[in-house]
Amino acid sequence: MENTAENIALHIENVTMQFGGVVSVNNLTLDVPEHKIIALIGPNGAGKTTAFNCITGVYRPTNGLIEFMGKPIVRNHPTGKDAKTYLGENADKYAKESTLSPTPDEITKLGIARTFQNIRLWKSMTVFENVLVAKHMRAKQNVFSATFRGNAAEEKRMRDETMALLQEQGLDSYKDELATSLPYGLQRRLEIARALATDPRLLLLDEPAAGMNPQETLELADFVREIREKYNLTVFLIEHHMDLVMNISDYIYVIDFGSEIAQGVPDEVQSNQRVIEAYLGVAEEDAV
Amino acid sequence: MKKSKNYIPALTGITALLLFVVLLENISSIIPGLPSVFDPTSPLFTVLKKAAVYSLVAVSMNLLNGFTGLFSLGQAGFMLLGAYTYAILTVPAAQKDQVYYLFGGCAFDFSIVDMFEGIFGSGGAGGAFSMILGVLIALILAGCVAGFFAFLIGFPVLRLKSDYLAIATLGFAEILRAIFQWQKLGPITNGANMIKGFPTFSSFNITDASGNVIVRLSTFVPFLITSLCILLIVLLIHSSYGRAFMAIRDDEVAAEAMGVALFRHKTLSFVISSFFAGVGGALFAMYVANAQAKAFTSTMTYEILLIVVIGGIGSVSGSVLATFLYVACSEWWLRFLDSELYFGNFKVPLLRNGFRMVVFSVVIMIIVLFFSQGIMGNREISFKAFRKGKNKQ
Repeated sequence: MENTAENIALHIENVTMQFGGVVSVNNLTLDVPEHKIIALIGPNGAGKTTAFNCITGVYRPTNGLIEFMGKPIVRNHPTGKDAKTYLGENADKYAKESTLSPTPDEITKLGIARTFQNIRLWKSMTVFENVLVAKHMRAKQNVFSATFRGNAAEEKRMRDETMALLQEQGLDSYKDELATSLPYGLQRRLEIARALATDPRLLLLDEPAAGMNPQETLELADFVREIREKYNLTVFLIEHHMDLVMNISDYIYVIDFGSEIAQGVPDEVQSNQRVIEAYLGVAEEDAV
Repeated sequence: MKKSKNYIPALTGITALLLFVVLLENISSIIPGLPSVFDPTSPLFTVLKKAAVYSLVAVSMNLLNGFTGLFSLGQAGFMLLGAYTYAILTVPAAQKDQVYYLFGGCAFDFSIVDMFEGIFGSGGAGGAFSMILGVLIALILAGCVAGFFAFLIGFPVLRLKSDYLAIATLGFAEILRAIFQWQKLGPITNGANMIKGFPTFSSFNITDASGNVIVRLSTFVPFLITSLCILLIVLLIHSSYGRAFMAIRDDEVAAEAMGVALFRHKTLSFVISSFFAGVGGALFAMYVANAQAKAFTSTMTYEILLIVVIGGIGSVSGSVLATFLYVACSEWWLRFLDSELYFGNFKVPLLRNGFRMVVFSVVIMIIVLFFSQGIMGNREISFKAFRKGKNKQ
């Protein structure tokens, strides 16, 4: 974004993710300013989820830099076999700097929480336990104090916070039910509640409206805005539902075949010719 | 406060069980003329002792396989480590030359029990106290050695997933068994020969001066140790760490994304499980009164795996229940299948040596095919009062 005066929560620079000979994300650069809702859109297979996985440590990007709150958290450049087969750009840009590749839990500890495209709740656990596990990360106990119940005060605090969070999200009446027995919309909401339990600064939502009807999608938009205010969050989301994206995003990045093809506020993106082409598909000149 | 009250029925239950065991094994000397089943030599007590030992190992395997979702088959290996650690540390120095006669004595001339006897005296109460303390410390050290080896092999092995992990841990157990039988290590492990002469369960019987048993405690002791260990495992499972383990089992990717340090927690579960397998191995050595590497085969691991599956993967009480049923069947109730049986002149067909294993295998196949959830699934036996207290909360 042009406005550099505001604080940038997440800064992605020249990120390339290559699997064998396939470049899934190609030289992606984008900024997510604090307290904004930013969307990453693109057709199926454009590399959106791969980009998310690079940010959250699931994948280690082949090349590029990711900064969170001004601090580099992920940095890599192609080496060895990767360097020979590397198809992207800026291969030398980060070669002199040390590489950083934290695991997903370390990323989460920094304050980046995520949800998944296909809901990944812990199926044998109750709604309450699902949220409670997310509190485990910030607990100071060790395995001995936990086993011998030396952490009673902390355990109680974790349970109280979990309960409070469930109440805020309107899930407290389901707390003892199995997470997977909830209706679909509530499972989505629970997944977000679980992510909120890790005390994030930045929330990554991977297709939060997938499988939702228009009414639910509308409610989701309000919900995302609401939690942004309540928990002072920055939201970065991937979405297919254009209604939702145009409704809630402050700024949109569009990618296709791994590369950025457009960016701008919703109105600009909506009328952008390349975006329309990418989404609707146009006959290419050399196509028969 | 409410929460701690929930443990009272469970603790009462365990205490009652332990008292019952003491009563059971002494009842034949209190009331004479009871059926021979209550004699100290009856298979009942063999089964109870073995099942007590096995249930600890089964629960420790369940912690790893059932609660953390790591399919490991190294249990026998860790039991072996525990058994040898216990045996080497507790054989009295005076007996070492005799036990290790093939190797001209033991390279490791030390016994924890002797050490305490040096402090508290070797006769009477001092001797008993020395033995109890020595055995206790040796048991803990047995667990620690197993846990330490688990920590070491956890580094390369825990990065593997599902079947590969099983193969790697199975291989580890087999390698250990071979190493412990290696003649060159004879001065420590006594080669392929057994180590014996250490305190066993019967050493805990209270005797008078002439060696007659006054109070039998040889079944009580394994029950006590196993109950304590299982209690610890249950406490762990119901703690924040236990929930993190279950999250890993249910969905590793989600667990990691929610801040559960995957490798650290897997290592933790592996080490703790192996610790208790080591203690279980030491108890097994006490039960058979010797430690010998060739006893800890992969068959033993499969036996324990079967118990876990029959009891229900992810159920502690299921594992315990299944252990007692399994051991009772294999050591006692199905024994008749192994001997020829005549009704008058009619010889019952098929019954002969080894037929027990055939029937046993069929029963197990039926269980695995039609009751794949096991006896308990992932539920637990709980007291009604416990349930009510939970609902009130």
